[in-house]
Amino acid sequence: MSNSDLELKDVSISLGGKQLLEINCSVGPGEILTVMGPSGSGKSSLLVYIAGFLAPVFESSGSVLVNGADVCSLAAERRHIGLLFQDPLLFPHLSVAGNLRFALQSNAKQKNQAISEGLNDIGLAGFDDRDPSTLSGGQASRVALLRLLLSAPNAVLLDEPFSKLDTQLREETRTLVFDKLRASGLPTILVTHDQADAEQAGGEIRTLL
Amino acid sequence: MLRWAGHSLIFLLAAPILLGTLIASLPAFGYFPPLGSSDFSLEAWRELFEVPGLTRSVLISLISGVLTPLISLALVFLYLASATGSKLDLWIRRLVSPLLSFPHAAAAFGLAFLIAPSGLLSRIISPELTGWERPPDILIVNDTWGLTLLFGLIVKEVPFLLLMSLAALPQLQPRHRIEVARTLGYRPTIAWLKVIAPSLYPLVRLPVIVVIVFASATVDVALILGPTLPPTLSVRVLSWFNDPDLNLRFLAAAGSLLQLGVSLIAVAIWLALEKFVGLLWRFWLAAGNLNTGEGLAFAIGRSAMPLVLVVIAGSILALLANAFAGPWRYPSALPSSWTIQHWANSLSDLSTPLFNTVLISVSSTLLALLLVVATLESERQSSKSKSTALWLLYLPLLIPQIVFLFGIIVLTEFVGWQANLSLVIFGHLLFVLPYVFLSLSEAYRQLDPRWTQVASTLGASQLKSFWRIRIPLLLAPCLTAVAIGMAISISLFLPTQLLGAGRITTITSEAVALTSGASRNLISVWAVVQLSLPILGFMMALLIPKFVWRNRSGMIDTR
Amino acid sequence: MAHLRPSTPLIRIFLLFVLLPHSSLTTAQAIDVADWSALEQQARGQTVYFNAWGGEPRINSYLNWVAQTLEQRFNITLQHVKVADTGETVSKIVAERTAGNDTNGSIDLLWINGENFAALKQNKLLFGPWAEEQPNFSLVNANRFPEMREDFTVPTDGLESPWTRSQLVFYHDSQWLAEPPQTIAAILDWSTFNPGEFTYPRPPAFLGSTFLKQAVLEISNNDPALFAPVTDDQFQRVTTELWDYLDALHPTLLRAGRYFPNSAAELRRLMGDGEISLALAFNPNEALLSVRTGELPDSVRTYVLQGGTIGNVSFLAIPYNAQHKAAAMITANFLLSIEAQARASNPNHMGSTTVISIEDLDVSARQQFEPVSTDLAAASPDELSRKLQEPHPSWTPALERAWIQRYSAR
Repeated sequence: MSNSDLELKDVSISLGGKQLLEINCSVGPGEILTVMGPSGSGKSSLLVYIAGFLAPVFESSGSVLVNGADVCSLAAERRHIGLLFQDPLLFPHLSVAGNLRFALQSNAKQKNQAISEGLNDIGLAGFDDRDPSTLSGGQASRVALLRLLLSAPNAVLLDEPFSKLDTQLREETRTLVFDKLRASGLPTILVTHDQADAEQAGGEIRTLL
Repeated sequence: MLRWAGHSLIFLLAAPILLGTLIASLPAFGYFPPLGSSDFSLEAWRELFEVPGLTRSVLISLISGVLTPLISLALVFLYLASATGSKLDLWIRRLVSPLLSFPHAAAAFGLAFLIAPSGLLSRIISPELTGWERPPDILIVNDTWGLTLLFGLIVKEVPFLLLMSLAALPQLQPRHRIEVARTLGYRPTIAWLKVIAPSLYPLVRLPVIVVIVFASATVDVALILGPTLPPTLSVRVLSWFNDPDLNLRFLAAAGSLLQLGVSLIAVAIWLALEKFVGLLWRFWLAAGNLNTGEGLAFAIGRSAMPLVLVVIAGSILALLANAFAGPWRYPSALPSSWTIQHWANSLSDLSTPLFNTVLISVSSTLLALLLVVATLESERQSSKSKSTALWLLYLPLLIPQIVFLFGIIVLTEFVGWQANLSLVIFGHLLFVLPYVFLSLSEAYRQLDPRWTQVASTLGASQLKSFWRIRIPLLLAPCLTAVAIGMAISISLFLPTQLLGAGRITTITSEAVALTSGASRNLISVWAVVQLSLPILGFMMALLIPKFVWRNRSGMIDTR
Repeated sequence: MAHLRPSTPLIRIFLLFVLLPHSSLTTAQAIDVADWSALEQQARGQTVYFNAWGGEPRINSYLNWVAQTLEQRFNITLQHVKVADTGETVSKIVAERTAGNDTNGSIDLLWINGENFAALKQNKLLFGPWAEEQPNFSLVNANRFPEMREDFTVPTDGLESPWTRSQLVFYHDSQWLAEPPQTIAAILDWSTFNPGEFTYPRPPAFLGSTFLKQAVLEISNNDPALFAPVTDDQFQRVTTELWDYLDALHPTLLRAGRYFPNSAAELRRLMGDGEISLALAFNPNEALLSVRTGELPDSVRTYVLQGGTIGNVSFLAIPYNAQHKAAAMITANFLLSIEAQARASNPNHMGSTTVISIEDLDVSARQQFEPVSTDLAAASPDELSRKLQEPHPSWTPALERAWIQRYSAR
């Protein structure tokens, strides 16, 4: 249980002098803020900015506060902000357990136990030594979620994480992801096109123009 | 520290080459204190222009400098236009890297042993088809106008330009464009030539210029296949440089500057040709929906590449046959017996050069890999666009070897350095670096940035994600780059010969030296060793990832 | 990384302070060429860089044997630096001299004769005299064979040690050519009626240059001017007929004279392939050796021209700046020993002609040498006794330059 919060204060991103977006918001523990908007509205740039990968061609201002502390000056790996992409992006050269172990802090104790418990938890017990490319789409998404959770983030960003799954699987995966994130008490920002995603997230919805 | 990698890489390449070229030019104008001459004069140039047959030497260098890239590029483009996506194409794509690694000298020997009047080809068809009981008295190898030299260079450069084109093609999304053109009624080969060729050419322009410089200034291939009365300019410069009469050093210096000029003129001719062909193309495009020539273009494109392959295969066969041949009288198609005697005879001579070859190629390639990865990593981390200074990487390939190596030798003589292994390794590094960079940079830059981003969001430091994510994901391209780098190093002749002062011998330097005195069998033994080393490298580059990732099917198609 | 010469001021100061107390150990030891056992001591552990033509595998493998033997007996490492042309080695020594490298030369021993020796001797770039101090020098019986002290008419003055003898011979394939031409003039007559059957290596390849010298000697009837330093006038006068001869000969040669082989080995290859039926060699045993290895058909026969052919001795010399002079001398002396010479002259090994005067040896030593070959492919000792003297060394580059001037761009 994390109980942290995420706040965006006067965040503004522009490209070549043209402002893409401006946002002020605060996301509490276990809350999911949904950001919607058409392509080119800059919603992906927002996530990239929060995670710390915004390309230098963009100009940005404002601050990102995690538990009240501004993380903008920190490198991506020190922000403790997890990110789920459209693709699961499981490292193809590592086994399932290898992917999960990569996320664990180096000083974490009983790594193997944490991994097998986590896999059990998402219904993939015994998948430790599997080659990630042999997993189905839904299985891979779940492993990606578990990997994110094991890295013990303080906040989570979701970049249309369900858009590549077919309808039934999307439903299932979405429920699992939202449940897990809420249960962990993580503040989450979801970027999506899909109205159903927004509805099920159940939190505030912002629409970018 | 990483920030300096790019700069030091460029310095390492540019400084010795520019300095070498500069120093090589001093004696050309009479300034060479070690020989007691510190007055500037044009004496060397006067002497140079009195050398008999100089015009012919220069002409031959120019001809091979312009025709080699012209014919090779035409064949590569016609091939790509006619065969992309075919079964033949799949085959050729797999073969192109190992083909590129066929060392120049071995290829030249193989070709000579294949097409000479007494070569394998003539033996196979004689006397049944020709009635020849003795070899016909016709001038093929070492012909006066360098046609065999041209042929050998084309066979060698086609794989190089093909590889460069294949690397550049994906960013043009060829399939999509061709589909569009075909819906407009163009036949596929013509469609490729009209919509892909004009945008592909700018992307392979630099490699083409590399070919121009190489073809106009090659030494080892010209020594084996080139004309002898007179030889090409580059060969003459080398012989003046080696002449016991040290006063010829001034002539050699002037000659090497002339060589630089000849290579530049060849490039200039090419640029003019480029304008002209560009104009033709525009007319052709403007002429609209014409499919004339589809059949011919298709026929040439489809047959040229297999022909190149057959010639290379024939050359290898000729080398293998000679390496194991007992007495083999003309016109028998096969030797009267097979023997391993030639191998037994060379075994003791092979060991030192073999050891040196492996040592030099491994160390220069690993050094190059280190520098290249550091440069690419710093480029990635600073997330800058490609550094403009990186074109300097091509410098060792754009200035004729003989020019700046000559300068480096003069420099070492000034400083009093002795020829030693590290100097040779450094010389090899100059040539290995660009190829390692070329072969690795695309894969490195195209690696999905999200892999690193995922690693970062999981809390992994740059260092951790470099070693645990990027390097393993790039294992196969890295190994391919190593194989290419080693192949380049193995094939180098002039840097070993000049910087090692003949005291450091490699398989290649020995093989070329044998031209002046060994039997065809012995030369073949050395050439076979020379060409099997890079093949071993490529096999390892292919098999190691297969073995390491045997349980990771996702690693097979990450490229 | 690189070895800096101790001329850099800083290093010199360093040497002065650190090494002065034991300078007798660290600076080059004085060489006393007369004290052979001291030389052997000094030579231990040294590496000899031996620059010798590397184009002949038989010689290379012979030198491998020499290297092994030297290692075992004298703890000397012999490194054969294979050169394509001795000229390269000469220019290397001159380059070292001009760069001021007077003590750390990269060459310890070189195989040399003719114009290369003349050039080095004239510029005082050779160490010595030492050669006649060698214990084995007496074996050559220089009093009876003055050519052991004279290199292309230039006195050796103890600067070089004899190594092998060579003589120009011709060989022909009796399957295609039963009665080979016996004089230079006869070669032209025969070749005119049998075009494409003969060629010679392109000067300055030494066999090609030797053919030119043979031709000029015969055409000019051994003009005395050839044995004195060349002058423009004499060159004009003596060679006019030579160029007439070559102008007539070249169109009748293989490939109509538009191509010449680059070496003796390539010439041999042409003979082996049946492209030509007449060729020449500078090692009287060459054809015999090649028939044994199957490189040449067994119908090949060796002979010497009626009026005799050029013969010479080639030598070993030590550059003035060699780093390992002691070991170089031990090596040269070993190469002159009965054991090394006997092996060198054995057709199963190097197959050269020895410089040792065999008649002066006792019976047991004599037996180490193979008996004279009676093989059909070999020339008879009788023929080989018809020897012509080499012209003065200055003629070689002059002939080569003129040949290149006339024929290299036709």
